[in-house]
Amino acid sequence: MPNMRLDKVPMPAQEAGVRNRNFDEVALGYTEEMALEEAERCLNCKNRPCVSGCPVNVKIPDFISRIREKDYEGAYQTLKETNALPAVCGRVCPQENQCEKHCVRGIKGESVGIGRLERFVADWHMQHVTETPRQVPSNGHRVAIVGSGPASLTCAGDLAKLGYEVTVMEAFHVAGGVLMYGIPEFRLPKDIVQKEIANLKAMGVAIKTNMVVGKIFSVDELLEEGYEAVFIGSGAGLPSFMNIPGENLNGVYSANEFLTRINLMKAYRFPETDTPVAVGEHVVVVGGGNVAMDAARCAKRLGAEKVSIVYRRSEEEMPARREEVEHAAEEGIEFKLLTNPTRIFGDEKGFVTGIECIEMELGEPDAGGRRRPVPKKGSEFEIPAETVVIAIGQSPNPLIKQTTTGLETQKWGGIVADEDGATSKEGVFAGGDAVTGAATVILAMGAGKKAAAAMDAYIQSKSK
Amino acid sequence: MYKIVAKDVLNEQVKRLVIEAPLIAKKAEPGQFIIFRIDEDGERVPLTIADYDREAGTVTIIFQEVGYSTRRLGALEVGDSLLDFVGPLGKASELEGYKKAAVIGGGLGTAIAYPQAKKLNELGCCVHTITGFRNKDLVILEDEVKAVSEKAMIMTDDGSNGNKGFVTNALRELIESGEQYDLVIAIGPLVMMKAVCDVTKEYNIKTIVSMNPVMIDGTGMCGGCRLTVGGETKFACVDGPDFDGHLVDFDAAIRRQAMYRDKERQSLETHECRLTGGNRHA
Repeated sequence: MPNMRLDKVPMPAQEAGVRNRNFDEVALGYTEEMALEEAERCLNCKNRPCVSGCPVNVKIPDFISRIREKDYEGAYQTLKETNALPAVCGRVCPQENQCEKHCVRGIKGESVGIGRLERFVADWHMQHVTETPRQVPSNGHRVAIVGSGPASLTCAGDLAKLGYEVTVMEAFHVAGGVLMYGIPEFRLPKDIVQKEIANLKAMGVAIKTNMVVGKIFSVDELLEEGYEAVFIGSGAGLPSFMNIPGENLNGVYSANEFLTRINLMKAYRFPETDTPVAVGEHVVVVGGGNVAMDAARCAKRLGAEKVSIVYRRSEEEMPARREEVEHAAEEGIEFKLLTNPTRIFGDEKGFVTGIECIEMELGEPDAGGRRRPVPKKGSEFEIPAETVVIAIGQSPNPLIKQTTTGLETQKWGGIVADEDGATSKEGVFAGGDAVTGAATVILAMGAGKKAAAAMDAYIQSKSK
Repeated sequence: MYKIVAKDVLNEQVKRLVIEAPLIAKKAEPGQFIIFRIDEDGERVPLTIADYDREAGTVTIIFQEVGYSTRRLGALEVGDSLLDFVGPLGKASELEGYKKAAVIGGGLGTAIAYPQAKKLNELGCCVHTITGFRNKDLVILEDEVKAVSEKAMIMTDDGSNGNKGFVTNALRELIESGEQYDLVIAIGPLVMMKAVCDVTKEYNIKTIVSMNPVMIDGTGMCGGCRLTVGGETKFACVDGPDFDGHLVDFDAAIRRQAMYRDKERQSLETHECRLTGGNRHA
């Protein structure tokens, strides 16, 4: 008999008042008992709606069945068949909009905690099994991958398994892309990311850091150098600003800069580390996505007394994962919804002193179906702040587009690619945020996977 | 790892390192920069490329020991290595098609002005250089600069080299004496570049400045290096570092430069021991 409790087995977490002072992981993960109890809630339905909700089609009922049989390594191998980074996805996927959204148990009560179970299995594997990655004999073909975020890592792993000699080029000094510079330690421990990268290296993938493609090599030069295909997974690195007065004052950060200083450069350990970050007593974060939640929660952890999220729509429209919004609220982040910044004030030395906002109300739905926020005349008010973080989105970095001949891009900068990642340029494939604009880790991984298959087909057909 | 193959002390604060970085050396052009990181806990620091040797596969950097990271960089010796060295970043200077240029370097800025003067000279442009220092002991690259200049003036604030005055005084004199420049390049402290631009605006001479604000990635990702140029926000790392000096909002840039002044002091104080081998009063 399945376990018919209506809600998920709760996820143990560090207490809100403790965790908002440290950078350790917030959610602590299921124990074996909890995982077994939650696994029993899966009905193992025949039509498997959850699987269709997963961008990489993880065989969800199968891995949960393995958990019930206490075959945790079997469960891990089932996950790994289609998902290259289960420990990452179990932590950062927006499950409520994907697999769990379609779960039959969600009709009456809460869906099965698929993400939590995925994390349990991945963590169990990391603790109990020493990976012995197999190095597949080379098939004699070389491919290059630009960027080392989730799309690139997935693409690299799949191609290495097929015997390709894979070289990954990363602009930063560490591989991992947004998993390293963007998502904070307390949500995704960096050790986990680095373990996945070490596994890729053990499979024979060469990872070259400090390589800004578009500067040190162009994509055309990579093709000339003998790489038979190139995958571009360079992400959405260009921060958007609001173009309001005062945005260049000291204390105004793009979320990219704020998070990179903290996560990648470890500014939370300054002055032990050398990269500083300035966080005043009052911090305002503009935006409603995961990046905004991450920035706000980082600011709190760095000692800000009051951290407010300013978002122009209502909570319902917030693109952030439910769990992140809840965690942020528990940690004392204040939400100023239906509020939009109009200008930033500074002192005579050029440092931020506050931000002026205007109240909004929801009007007619826009093209995307979300109700359009409209300013309420005369409702301007000021929030005092020494730090303002702009987290309203990123678009693809133009460096590759500017330096690659014959590569078609969208007006907003995204690389034009078909379903399988093929671009307008022969031998060049692309996927992830570089194509879609800022999206999720799992969608990027799905794109990396499809592109790997397409690159294989392309090279095989060419060498016949 | 990127090995240091040569080191010179140019003055009491300014050092020159030649670094093994063949891929960067192959692509580097005047005006571009690199970002270095000394070790695992190090910060990413941008430095403009002072010279490069494509055949030897080396890139030269010249820096002043102002903060913790540059002091540590200065403490490294030939044979030591840097953990990270990335580039060439930014756009190369556009130096073609000029007849007569005044290239101005203020202090350390001379190190960045030199490759521009050299390139202009190679392109057949007549180059006059004006370099300025606080006193004669701080003069750097005298011979190098002279070798690529038809006229080379060295100014000192205190007149200790017999030529007292600011670079702007010298520039104005040259212009007033009838020199017809179609380009001025000014590289140095923000206040100096601003002062030069004020002069060249009067005479309506195109002026290029090289901006070096705080940045992290150097690829357009963080936006920390943003500047106001012609009323628009630009990123020094990808839109520059060269800009039309008459369009740069220098006052805004000067304010942004002060962003981490306290933190820089804190970092230096915290690490005083590491720098002086345990003796804080060394």
